[in-house]
Amino acid sequence: MYTPHTQADIKAMLSAIGVGSLDDLLAVPESIALRAQLDVVPALPEYQIARRFEHFAAKNTGVDYASFLGAGSYRHYAPPAIAALAMRGEFLTAYTPYQAEVSQGYLQAIYEWQSYICLLTGMDLANASVYDGATALAEGAIMALNENGRKKVLVSRAVDPNYRAVLKTYCDGLDVHVDELPLTKDGSTDMNVLAAAVASKEYACIALQSPNFFGNVDSLSTAAREAISASDTVPIAVISEAISLAALATPASWGAQIVVGEAQSFGVAMAYGGPYVGFIASTKEHMRRIPGRLVGKSVDGQGRTAYVLTLQAREQHIRRERATSNICTNQAHCALIATMYLALMGKTGLRDVASLNLERSRELATAVSKLDGVDLKFSASFFNEIVVDVHQPARDVLAKLAERKILGGVDLGRWYPELSTCILMNATELTTTAQIDQLATSLGDIVRVHANV
Amino acid sequence: MSTPTFDRTFSPLIFELGQEGRANHYVEEGKPLEQFLPKDVLRADLPLPDNSELDVVRHFTKLSQRTFGIDLGFYPLGSCTMKYNPRINDAMAGKREFAQLHPYTPDELAQGALQVMYELERSLASLFGMAAFSLNPAAGAHAELAALLIAKKYFKDRGETRRDKVIVPDTAHGTNPASAAMCGFKVISLPSDERGRVSVEEIQKVLGPDTAVCMMTNPNTLGLFEDHIAEIAAAVHDVGGLMYYDGANANAIMGNVRPGDMGFDLMHLNTHKTFTIPHGGGGAGHGPVGVAAHLVEYLPTPVVRAVPNNGTGAPSDGFTFSFDFNRPKSIGPMRSFWSNFAHAVRALAYIYANGADGLKRVSQLAVLNANYVRVKVAEFLDTPYPEICRHEFVASAQELKKETGVKALDIAKALLDHGMMAPTMYFPLLVPECLMIEPTETESKETLDYFIAVLRDIVEEAKTNPEALLAAPVTTVVGRVDETRAARQPDLRWEPASS
Repeated sequence: MYTPHTQADIKAMLSAIGVGSLDDLLAVPESIALRAQLDVVPALPEYQIARRFEHFAAKNTGVDYASFLGAGSYRHYAPPAIAALAMRGEFLTAYTPYQAEVSQGYLQAIYEWQSYICLLTGMDLANASVYDGATALAEGAIMALNENGRKKVLVSRAVDPNYRAVLKTYCDGLDVHVDELPLTKDGSTDMNVLAAAVASKEYACIALQSPNFFGNVDSLSTAAREAISASDTVPIAVISEAISLAALATPASWGAQIVVGEAQSFGVAMAYGGPYVGFIASTKEHMRRIPGRLVGKSVDGQGRTAYVLTLQAREQHIRRERATSNICTNQAHCALIATMYLALMGKTGLRDVASLNLERSRELATAVSKLDGVDLKFSASFFNEIVVDVHQPARDVLAKLAERKILGGVDLGRWYPELSTCILMNATELTTTAQIDQLATSLGDIVRVHANV
Repeated sequence: MSTPTFDRTFSPLIFELGQEGRANHYVEEGKPLEQFLPKDVLRADLPLPDNSELDVVRHFTKLSQRTFGIDLGFYPLGSCTMKYNPRINDAMAGKREFAQLHPYTPDELAQGALQVMYELERSLASLFGMAAFSLNPAAGAHAELAALLIAKKYFKDRGETRRDKVIVPDTAHGTNPASAAMCGFKVISLPSDERGRVSVEEIQKVLGPDTAVCMMTNPNTLGLFEDHIAEIAAAVHDVGGLMYYDGANANAIMGNVRPGDMGFDLMHLNTHKTFTIPHGGGGAGHGPVGVAAHLVEYLPTPVVRAVPNNGTGAPSDGFTFSFDFNRPKSIGPMRSFWSNFAHAVRALAYIYANGADGLKRVSQLAVLNANYVRVKVAEFLDTPYPEICRHEFVASAQELKKETGVKALDIAKALLDHGMMAPTMYFPLLVPECLMIEPTETESKETLDYFIAVLRDIVEEAKTNPEALLAAPVTTVVGRVDETRAARQPDLRWEPASS
C-alpha cells in the first residue's frame, strides 16, 4: 500500500538500473535468506482496518467509567482548536528542523515552548523536550552527576514511583547508586533525614516532587535548603501535574537549579500512557549540560530574525560517545500541542483551571471524608489529588467500585506496602459533582458492607 | 502613527500578542487561589499572555505555513525514511476509546488497547525474526539504550563483568556510541573496508574476552548490504559477545531478510520511520526493542501477556490480555508509562494495510527507487560506491567542490529553493562532502525524475554560476541562519520586558 508504481514504471526503472527483476536488487547470501513463513495478518482494505480498530476500541470499556485516576496522567479539557492546528500536515509530517530556512515556523513554536516552560518554572532556560517526566528526571540527574562527578543520587520516596523506577534503570547503566528519603507521617519528604543525608556530600543531586505523588505540597524547609547549598548538592524539582505550575510558588523560588517534569496536562491526550512530553529547565550554570535540542534566536544574512537549532556541540550526532545524552528524536509534536494549549488558555484560563482543580478536589475530599470507615490519610496542603484510607485492602475496594463503573483511583499498596489500604484519588476541572456523589455513595456502601461482615 | 507593513516572513512571538483579560471561556471562572491554599505556597504572578482563540489560530496557522513537511514535497533525507504518513493511522489513534484511556485503567477494562500492543509486538517479532519485542522505549535512541542495558544486565548475571567494549563501525548513527557511553561501555570505532563494509578480518582484530556488543546497521548508512554479516555474527558470538541491530534502516529488508536470521541477538526499530508514524517535527517517536530467546527475561517492564480463554467465556478473541510487571530479571521500565501507545495503533494500522506481502513490496520498491535515483545521479555527481544499493545511497560533492567551490551544503540549500527537502549531509563521516539520499517507496517516478532533473541543473549551475548557489536558498522566508551567533550569544527564550 501507499506505493504509486505502475508496472510500466517498475519496468522502466529496472531497465535504467540494468537489472532484470526486483529480486535481483535484493539478493542476499543463501545462509541468511528468509525461510520462515511470516506470521502477519493478510492485507486489509482501508474500511476493514477502520472496522478492526472499532472492534478494539469497543473493548476499552473503562473509558466510559467515572474516573478518579490521576497519578501522573491527568484528564484536562483540551480545546478542539489544538487538534485542528496540530494536525496540520506541515507540522505533523516535518522532520527535526535541521534545515532552518524551511522550518522557521516550527522552530519559533519550540522557542515559544522553551519560553513558556521558563516562565512557568522560573528557570533561565529550557530544552525542546524529552520523552516524558520520568526520563526528564533521569536526564536531570545525569546533568548533576556530570556536574560534580559524585556517584550517588538522592530521591524522595514521595516522587512518583514510576519516575524513581526509571531513574534506577538509567542509574544502573551508569553504575550510580540511588538512595531514597523516607516519608513523614503526613505524606511529605522527611526534611531532617534529607538535611543529614546531603551533608555527607556524597550525592550529586536531591530530587523532590511538589505536588508530590500523594498530591501534597512538598517544599524544602529552610534547614534543608541550607544543607543542600552547603553541600553543593544540585536540587532538582520534579513536576508531574503541570497545571500546578499555574498556582504554586515556582521551583525557582525554593532554590531548584534543575526542574524536570511532565507536560501531558497541557492538552496532550492520556492515550493509555503515551506519547507524552517531558521538559527540562535549569539555571544558566547548567546550560551546556542540558540534554537534547535547543532552539535559539539568531538572524539570517540580511539581519532578519531567524530561529535555529543551537549549541549542538552537546549532542550525540556531533560528539558521539562524549555527548551529554543519546537523545535524538524527542517529543516535538507533543511540545507543540502543549504550546498551543498554553497560548489558548492564557494566564486567565490557566489560573481558572488551577483554581477549579483545587476546588473540585476539595469537594471530593469533603465528600469521602464524611463517610464512616473512610479517612483522609494526610492533612497537608494538596493540589488536586488526595490519599483516602479505606481501612481495608484498597485493591478490593477498587474492584468493587469498578463493578459499579467507577475507576476510584490508584491502589497505593502497589508501591507502598504501608499504604495498602489507601487509594490515590484525583479530581480535575472535568470532575462533576454528580461523579463525586456517585463515588461517595458507592464507596459508602462498599465500606459499610465490609464493616458488617 | 505609521502602519506596520505586512510581512509574510515574520510573526511576532505569542508573548508579544494579546492583552490581559482577553480570555477564552473554556472553563468556568475560578475562585481566588487563596481560598484553597495558604498564600506562602502560591506563586505571586503568572506572566503569560491572554490571547483570543482567533489570534492563536492565526498565529499557529502562519507558523505552519513556514514549516516544510512530507505533505508539501519530496523529503530525500537519508536514514530518516520520510515516507508518506497515511491519514487512516491518525484517525485510528485519535479514537476516543484510545485517546482518552487512562494508563491505570484496569487490564480487564482495556482489553482492546492491550490487544493492539500484543498484536504489534507479535507481528514485529515475526517480521524481524526476534523472540519478542517490548514497545516500552519512546524512540530509537531510547530503544538502543534499553538494548545495551539488557546486554549489561545479561553479562552481569553471567558474572562476565569484564565485558566493557562495544564495537561500532564508522558508518554507525551517532546515537550508537552515545547510547553505549550511557551504559558505561567503552566504544571501539571500526573502520569500513574499501567496499564500504565491515570486514571479518578487521573485526577479528578487536574481538576478545572484553567484547560486550557489536552494534551494526544492515544495510549500513552507505546503503550497502553487509554481505559478510553471518560470518561477523559468528565471530562475535565465538568470543561470547552479543550482536545488536540498529533498525533505522529496516525499510530496506522487510520480507527479504531478518535480523534474527542474520545472527542478531538484540535490535530496535524506529516505527516512526519504517511504519509511517509521522515524525511531528522531531517526535514523538516509537522505539520497540526486540530480543532473541535468551534475552527475553531482560526486556523492560511491562510486557503484555495473552492467555487463551479455553472456553471460559471471557471476551477478547479467545484471549485475555494483561500487563506483566513481575519480571525479576528485567532492566526495569524505560519511561513513565507503558508505551507510546497512540503510535502502536498507527504502526499496527500500517501493518494491516500491507500484510506480509505488502511490506515485502514496500522494501522492494524503496530499494528500486533508491537505485533508480543512484544511477541517474551518477551521471553528474560522484557516487563513491557504484554498486546496487538498498534503500539509500551516498553521493559526494568532493570533486565538484574542488572544481567550483560549491559544497554539499550549497547543493542542499539550493534544493530548498525548488520545494524539496535537503538530503542528509556530511554523514556518514567517512565520505567527504557527503549527500545521503533516501527516496522511500511512496514517491512516484515523476517525483524522482523531477528531483534528478533539479539536482542535475544545480550541478550544472555550480560550474557556470557558483555564486548563485553559495547564496541559496533565496525563495525561503529567511536565508541561511547565522549559527555562530546563535551558539555564541545564546538567546533561548523570550523575557518579559519588566524583568
